Amino acid sequence: MSNAVKDERVQKTSFIQNLLRRPEFGALMGALAIFVLFSSVDTTGNFGQPGGIAGWTDIAAPIGIVAVFVALLMIGGEFDLSTGIMVGSSGLLAGLIVTELGLDIWTTIAIVMVFAAGIGLLNGWLVVTTGLPSFIVTLATFFVLRGLNLAVTKGFTGTVRVSETDKAANYDQAAAIFSSKIDLFGASFQISILWWIFFTLLATWILNRTKFGNWIFAAGGDPNAARNAGVPVIRTKIILFVMASLASGFVGIMVVLRLKGMQAGQGVGIEFFYIIAAAVGGTLLTGGKGSAIGAALGAAIMGMAYIGIPYALWDSDLTFTFLGLILFTAVLINSFVGKRGMKGRKK
Amino acid sequence: MTAALELKNVSKQFGSVIAMTDVSMEVTAGTVTCVLGDNGAGKSTLIKTLSGVHKPTSGEFLMDGEPVDFGSPRDAIAKGIATVYQDLATIPMMSVWRNFFLGNEITVGWGPFRMLNIKKMKEISKQQLLEMGIDLRDTDQPIGTLSGGERQAVAIARAVYFGAKVLILDEPTSALGVRQSGIVLKYVLSAKERGVAVVFITHNPHHAFLVGDRFYLLNRGKMINEFQRKNVKLDELTMAMAGGAELEALTHEISQVKGK
Repeated sequence: MSNAVKDERVQKTSFIQNLLRRPEFGALMGALAIFVLFSSVDTTGNFGQPGGIAGWTDIAAPIGIVAVFVALLMIGGEFDLSTGIMVGSSGLLAGLIVTELGLDIWTTIAIVMVFAAGIGLLNGWLVVTTGLPSFIVTLATFFVLRGLNLAVTKGFTGTVRVSETDKAANYDQAAAIFSSKIDLFGASFQISILWWIFFTLLATWILNRTKFGNWIFAAGGDPNAARNAGVPVIRTKIILFVMASLASGFVGIMVVLRLKGMQAGQGVGIEFFYIIAAAVGGTLLTGGKGSAIGAALGAAIMGMAYIGIPYALWDSDLTFTFLGLILFTAVLINSFVGKRGMKGRKK
Repeated sequence: MTAALELKNVSKQFGSVIAMTDVSMEVTAGTVTCVLGDNGAGKSTLIKTLSGVHKPTSGEFLMDGEPVDFGSPRDAIAKGIATVYQDLATIPMMSVWRNFFLGNEITVGWGPFRMLNIKKMKEISKQQLLEMGIDLRDTDQPIGTLSGGERQAVAIARAVYFGAKVLILDEPTSALGVRQSGIVLKYVLSAKERGVAVVFITHNPHHAFLVGDRFYLLNRGKMINEFQRKNVKLDELTMAMAGGAELEALTHEISQVKGK
């Protein structure tokens, strides 16, 4: 069996080709390029310094936490457009429980997470039972929640805002864990960055090192073949919807703890940030391929753009334009590199 | 010797449509049983009945002499019936080893920390494929980079490794060229040598004749003929499949057209 151990043909696959084949490779190069770009056009001299890094990672972290689970869902072959609004709904729900019911923060967080899991379950259940595209089902969820956020908030508070959520019992404990700051290298970093790193590692581990991760790739790559091999495709997809929704709920909690309140319009439009981060990170929109690290890097690119553009004294109104161009370029390069990677593996 | 799998007078109706009537067949371990049929002969219905997708409307379905009743494909898989579908056998973007172990992953650890034993799965898949005669330099490559024949072969090797007693192959060669078909037929034989009862469904009598021990001819939902290997020649098989007399008449007609 010397053949199994050493095969002379193995050398034909170079280190570079192995690197190219990784879905997050494009995002890594992109993130480095964007970092170099904004460091060089920076007028404040701060972009590459701890202060600047603390700034753009603060923007990137909440995007990244949801984006890694949106990436998992997309690898599994489904979309979720309700993840953005769920950040708002979860925060508002937390706020209303605290202000209207007067419950302590830990009970509140538990209820919000159950609610988030329930919405994910509903999304997943509707998608698998109706057979409708998840794009449509979750778009409907998005609009239903968007209306409810406004109506319910106004109904209770008479305004479009829930405030004074910091009066909840044990608020300080939760705030210390989810929305405090850590002083390091003379700058103040948000603790959300640690959560972002933690969830990225967790999602990467799930995707690449567990049975469930194998099923995610299979469910998105070819659901029929996966079913034939005995993979519970429906269960896998529903769990992915629940995970994405829970991630949104988690970020909603972080926001409400940090801002000590929540706007009824919070979260609208952010769902596209998650999808952009996942796509820039090498996740295939049709499913079956992608990476959580890639999505986290995609979120980092967005954070850098948000801080880098004003630092460069460019017109901040063009941030979205810039992100649009990044998305197109990144996916174009990813698709080209991906094909090269596949070709490089051919005998 | 009891047949590994046996159908006795099995019929299947979908509402008013009769898809299979009175089909009887026997599949013995360590042999290749070919089911030949033209388009619309009822091959798909037969496969789906064997693999647990459809329940027979009437008739008996026996495994090792015992009657079985499958509620779903999972039941059939659990009983050792593996089906390799023509296009739906593997997931192109996943690596060879991930495909090989899909649905049967080897894990280490406990509880929430249970994780894939990647090293072991790579080793086993590489070795198993080598034993089937598929020599891959790297099981990490996406299975989509393999040829169609090799992909079918991986699916066969996988079924054999996970203890399939009955292996149903749905038109494994129909989308393949001559050389690729040859590769697949070779693996059909190596599965047979390992004692698996192979059901080879095809509309190509040439491929069937190369590997088959027993041949069933399916037409319009009925088993119209049965041959043993030693009693049949390729010509006869082809003729019988094409409907014998019909083909003769067609040949006659064509030669007349040419003659004009």
